[in-house]
Amino acid sequence: MMTQGLYIAAGLLLFFLGLWSFIMHAPVLRKLIALNVMGSGVFLIFVTFAYRGQEAAPDPVPHALVLTGIVVAVSATALALALWRRLEDQDGD
Amino acid sequence: MIDTLALAVALPLLGAIGATLWPRRSLPLSLVAGLATTAAALALTVEVALDGVQRSDFGGWGAPLGIALQADGLSVALLAMSNLVTLAATFYSAEYFGDKAVRRHFWPLWMLLWASLNGLFIAADLFNIYVALELLGLAAVALAALTGTRDAVSASLRYLLASLLGAITYLLGVTLLYGAYGTLDLGLLADAITSGPVAWGALTLMIGGLLIKTALFPMHFWLPPAHGNAPAPVSAALSALVVKVSFYLILRLWFDLFGPIVTPAAANLLGILGAAAILWGSWQAVMAERLKLMAAYSTVAQIGYLFLFFPVIASLEPSPARDDLIGAMVLFALSHGFAKAALFLAAGHIQQCAGHDRIDDLAGTVQRLPATSFVIALAGVALIGLPLSGAFTAKWLLLSGAIAAGQWWWVLVVLAGTLLAAGYIFRMLGKVFGFQETPYACITAVRSEVPALLLATTATLVLGLAANPLWFLLGFGDLR
Repeated sequence: MMTQGLYIAAGLLLFFLGLWSFIMHAPVLRKLIALNVMGSGVFLIFVTFAYRGQEAAPDPVPHALVLTGIVVAVSATALALALWRRLEDQDGD
Repeated sequence: MIDTLALAVALPLLGAIGATLWPRRSLPLSLVAGLATTAAALALTVEVALDGVQRSDFGGWGAPLGIALQADGLSVALLAMSNLVTLAATFYSAEYFGDKAVRRHFWPLWMLLWASLNGLFIAADLFNIYVALELLGLAAVALAALTGTRDAVSASLRYLLASLLGAITYLLGVTLLYGAYGTLDLGLLADAITSGPVAWGALTLMIGGLLIKTALFPMHFWLPPAHGNAPAPVSAALSALVVKVSFYLILRLWFDLFGPIVTPAAANLLGILGAAAILWGSWQAVMAERLKLMAAYSTVAQIGYLFLFFPVIASLEPSPARDDLIGAMVLFALSHGFAKAALFLAAGHIQQCAGHDRIDDLAGTVQRLPATSFVIALAGVALIGLPLSGAFTAKWLLLSGAIAAGQWWWVLVVLAGTLLAAGYIFRMLGKVFGFQETPYACITAVRSEVPALLLATTATLVLGLAANPLWFLLGFGDLR
């Protein structure tokens, strides 16, 4: 229980650190990294809930959901980077 | 028995795959898939109207393990509107995109947008909603960037960042609920949920995340540039449907999931933000120099009206009067969907013919494009909320509800907002219907004008008379 609480607290800390950074920093890349840090926090909390004690097998549902979440986060980051590159290229000309 | 719930999502997805595999055939493929999708959505609407709530557990796996789709009156009312608007915009797009390269990218994304919209309206599972929301966001952002201009790409990037922030915040709320209750099915959660810090935290995070996507003031900053710079049919879908679907999710969570634990204070906060959105959005629309930017700011304001209903509804016990207000809120959302889509399609046609959409230089439009000018006037009627339009019925119910609840201050906001709306609509109409002799070089086009005309007529005439069927669909008694 104690360990689980630590993981959840760490996840929340990551989420709010990311949120703070997202709001405070203007550069697109920093915002994007901040979003990914927030995502890691959420995923960390989510997998923590899979723990059902020493004897019981972990709950498989959070794993499946977090995997989906990671795929979504990667594709969203890729799209954001592509748009950002496009902007940088246009500004370079 | 054909599963219309599954078809409403599967058909546009098949269309998207088809359009990706055969770029040359993307137009006919998308048209066929679009027509079939709309037919499935309308069939589902009829099923719900006749037999009540429809539910489908895929592969025979029921909740809590499986993922279900479910449609009730609220879902199908918005689903039907959304599909009719998308279908009209689809026919319009067939004419709109001349450039082959743009067209090749447009159709797969458009069908993907359609699939995720439909998926969200009938989702019965919180995680499914998250995935569909992200899909919707990615498709919408890519579509908004389609013109490739610097303004459009920069606006889309801002839109994407806001959309991702909203989605991840929503997901943290979902996570907390799963940790506390061990299920993500909306129905099971609604039975299990109890007031407490976890439910409160989840409520704040999920509604907060969705508010960013709904662009409620002051989280609207991303909307005007993104909607104002997208291609016209995309703007129509973004403004009429994409913000509407996250509003629908807020309704779903607010009334079905968190119903017992929301407080009047929270509802009042939404009302105050809504009031600020009405005043700020309308004022910006009055000041806007471009037609599409005006329409985008008008969306910010119209979203505000939807949230004005929350404090009034929260002050009432379950009763026919409360049902009337919920019905009015849905009617307002439907009316805005049709009207705003029509306005954006018409604005796009004017922009293509005139080469610009500066409001001050629109003089003579009525001589060149009579049908499109008529569309703008009709859509304007619905946006101001003049009699005959669905928005009039909705605003009337809101006003009488607010007075009955003793919350007279909302009445002032509605009146001020309506006056400002009349201001920006008539300013535009004054230019459009102004006389000018120099003709534009573009002829009136059936396929570009008829879809917009149908949408505007629906918003103004049909919805004004459609309150009773809608009340029936939502399971309320007759409108008093």
